Amino acid sequence: MSADTDSVADTGESWAQARLAAALLAVDPGLRGVVLTARAGPARDAWLEYYKSLADEDAVWRRIPAAVNDEALLGGIDLAATLKTGRAVQRAGLLDEIRNGVGVLAMAERAETGLAARLAAALDGDPSPVLIALDEAAEADEGAPAALRERLAFHIDLSGVTLRDLETVEDGVTREDVAMARVRLTHILNNDAERALTQTAAVLGVDSLRPPLLALRVARAAAALEGLDEISDAEAALAARLVLGPRATRVPMEEEAEPDTPPEPEEPEEAQDDTPESAEPEPEPEDDTDQDADDADTPDELTEITTEAAKASIPAGLLAKLEAGQDASNAGGAGRAGAVRKEATRGRPAGSRRGDPGGGKRLDVLATLRAAAPWGKVRRRGLKRLTGGPALEVRREDFRVKRFKQKAETVTIFVVDASGSLALSRLAEAKGAVELMLAESYVRRDQVALIAFRGRGAETLLPPTRSLTRAKRSLAGLPGGGGTPLAAAIAAAEALAHSAGRQGRSVSLIFLTDGAANVTLEGVGGREVAMAEARDAARRLRGAGHAAIVVDVSKRGAEAAQGVARDMAARYVRLPAANTGALLDIARKAAA
Amino acid sequence: MTLAFPFPAIVGQEEMKQALLIACVEPRVGGVLIFGDRGTAKSTAVRALAGLLPPIETFETCPYNTAPGEPAINGDEKARGARVTKPTPVVDLPLGVTEDRVVGALDIEKALRRGEKAFEPGLLARANRGFLYIDEVNLLEDHIVDLLLDVAATGENVVERDGLSVRHPARFVLVGSGNPEEGELRPQLLDRFGLSVEVATPREIEQRIEVVRRRDSFERDPQAFCEKWAEAGEEIRGQIAAAKKRVAGLDAPEPVLRKASEICLALGADGLRGELTLIRAARAMAALDATDEIEIKHLRAVAPSVLRHRLRRDPLDEAGSSARIERGLEEAFAG
Repeated sequence: MSADTDSVADTGESWAQARLAAALLAVDPGLRGVVLTARAGPARDAWLEYYKSLADEDAVWRRIPAAVNDEALLGGIDLAATLKTGRAVQRAGLLDEIRNGVGVLAMAERAETGLAARLAAALDGDPSPVLIALDEAAEADEGAPAALRERLAFHIDLSGVTLRDLETVEDGVTREDVAMARVRLTHILNNDAERALTQTAAVLGVDSLRPPLLALRVARAAAALEGLDEISDAEAALAARLVLGPRATRVPMEEEAEPDTPPEPEEPEEAQDDTPESAEPEPEPEDDTDQDADDADTPDELTEITTEAAKASIPAGLLAKLEAGQDASNAGGAGRAGAVRKEATRGRPAGSRRGDPGGGKRLDVLATLRAAAPWGKVRRRGLKRLTGGPALEVRREDFRVKRFKQKAETVTIFVVDASGSLALSRLAEAKGAVELMLAESYVRRDQVALIAFRGRGAETLLPPTRSLTRAKRSLAGLPGGGGTPLAAAIAAAEALAHSAGRQGRSVSLIFLTDGAANVTLEGVGGREVAMAEARDAARRLRGAGHAAIVVDVSKRGAEAAQGVARDMAARYVRLPAANTGALLDIARKAAA
Repeated sequence: MTLAFPFPAIVGQEEMKQALLIACVEPRVGGVLIFGDRGTAKSTAVRALAGLLPPIETFETCPYNTAPGEPAINGDEKARGARVTKPTPVVDLPLGVTEDRVVGALDIEKALRRGEKAFEPGLLARANRGFLYIDEVNLLEDHIVDLLLDVAATGENVVERDGLSVRHPARFVLVGSGNPEEGELRPQLLDRFGLSVEVATPREIEQRIEVVRRRDSFERDPQAFCEKWAEAGEEIRGQIAAAKKRVAGLDAPEPVLRKASEICLALGADGLRGELTLIRAARAMAALDATDEIEIKHLRAVAPSVLRHRLRRDPLDEAGSSARIERGLEEAFAG
């Protein structure tokens, strides 16, 4: 067992670590659960099997489909039983059933924001269920909703585990070990490990305070499993590796010169007002702006150990991204849940009305019963029924069908030429328009996205969102300069438009460019080839049938831009000087 | 019953705590909106509130929490039972809640069993004279928001459906929390909140450690932890009760009124509601402070929460609204 706690190098070690996490979760269900990244397969099954062999035998296990509806989740009236007994019979929802048990969330990466929020509320409850979120994300930027990742102690990736690893495991923890550890758990001393773990979390840019809290619990469970009375260095390091490393949003510097703060330029002042020991309820409004006082803190020995341990488990992809200086908050820390919301495509429930079901209309059974119920006595009397008969007679005029608001959302995609010398002002202008649109679009619940292209290719800087906060974060410090890979940009726009279209949204595209392509799809220079490719891409886009506008930002109006607009069947607008207001007007009209 | 994390044990987050206390003392400030990152004690603070509120006088079986002196909702004085004191309700409005559960609906059991048209009160009835809490308020379905706005504006819930016709008082303090990354709040709903605070995780490392430490010891032994903080909680409860008594009698002197107008004007906060809320919040603050009249410092203390969400939106301004409001207030109070 103690071999499990050694550092990870190969896949065998990572499998051992995954098993250890299962054992720790069995010892302390207060760790809430795990995000298990793996496709369906033997590794995932083996992990679940192992956890099941350690968890409470009588714990309720329920599978939660990602498309679960509220009725199943939260419970409601049991119709069959209600009609039979003539009494309102409530049916427990999944969340009630797993209160003391285990929920297995299938395809967690597909879970809607709403489902995530309901599960998160359950996880914050007391008692909390154990949630195993099965994450089958194919892309690096997919993943289980942030609200869940935040609350579940372990983020385990089984995708590298091989069959050989599964076969060569040594004997693991037994249920007896878990039972003994549980007894010990209540007496384990923290030994000031919370200090090291909190500091390590800060160094890794883990902003929320839930992770260090969970790490502390992990360390305690590990100590209990080891038969110790207090957390030792090894358990603290293990906890840092299991809980904090996978959540890192930045790589710790060798020399910690930076303040341990989130990368926001502006900080609400009140955040600094507080003195550390402000247990007093008395609000103390005096200004104590000793900003970044934490700089003075030299990390103690244990913090160094835990930080080193955590570094070993920072996911490789993230590491590369972090080192490239990209904001990683989209990858793991903060949510992308806002972008995948899907309720609206099915329409919002808007009550029910009288009408016949069928033809896509769904019967609202409860409302129908409600409509029929008051007439029960009268109808029975009218029919002169002497005995028996149904407790309730439903007639056609009682039928109620569900109504949904089916207003299609729109996504406005800005595709901005960030090449050359005009880049900065153009970008600023597009950015302003994006933010202004978002500021007004929440009324209509529309979304905005931004693709910038320069140098060798195009990049989606802002995936479709309606969060102004998110837009600001993503668009801060846009790079500019370099060649004009127009074809790549058009292709990227088409892909984004396609996926938005599949979610039932209507798309409008706004290209800000002079149309002078000079970088090919392969990322090399060459005006002629680049232009030809751009025109090709434009014609393909036309076939997709999205509304498009080409805003010509060249000084005198460029033939190239006009040509591209023609190929796309897009409207052509000239806007030589940076003008956010005019651009906003164009965008508004396009989205309307 | 599970124990809630004690309010005074929440480390830092002074503005949030202040805003919630103000809403306890003076419900007419019109609700509190708490926006911030994950893991910043938003829900914890709201759930802790229940333990601080003085009980209300009502009737034993009245589902609407009617006060003595108010008529019974269905006219049946006997049915609501004897006069009793109950804890001030703090009602959760869960996401995905149905309209039926919010406004109330036909009591299906009575309808099925006895063919009787009876009204089953919803969450709005339960929240009357108390608090209505919506976590993840920015994810709330639009039609529920519409409904809440209507009720919050009139203080009355009017139900006309299923052949029912019921109206009952629904006056409550709306408390919403959410994460701005999940989406913006509709301006109409934003406008309904009297106070708005932005919370962030503490930056100072010792403070962060203290948060982890306290939360951990609460989770390990809630009973013992709550006992340890019982006295501090008692103190706040006394402070609120005393302030509630005092608040009505506090006058706003002329200079304070003038300053309030000046601030609103200087910050370009739209509408009279801002000014009114500013005075009300400052009055509650003075009452908590146990002073004889409202002072300029009370105005200063509440101004950020009152005005933050009332600034005219200027998305091109890089600074967040918190920074802008501080900047504006610095100027307004310097003069």
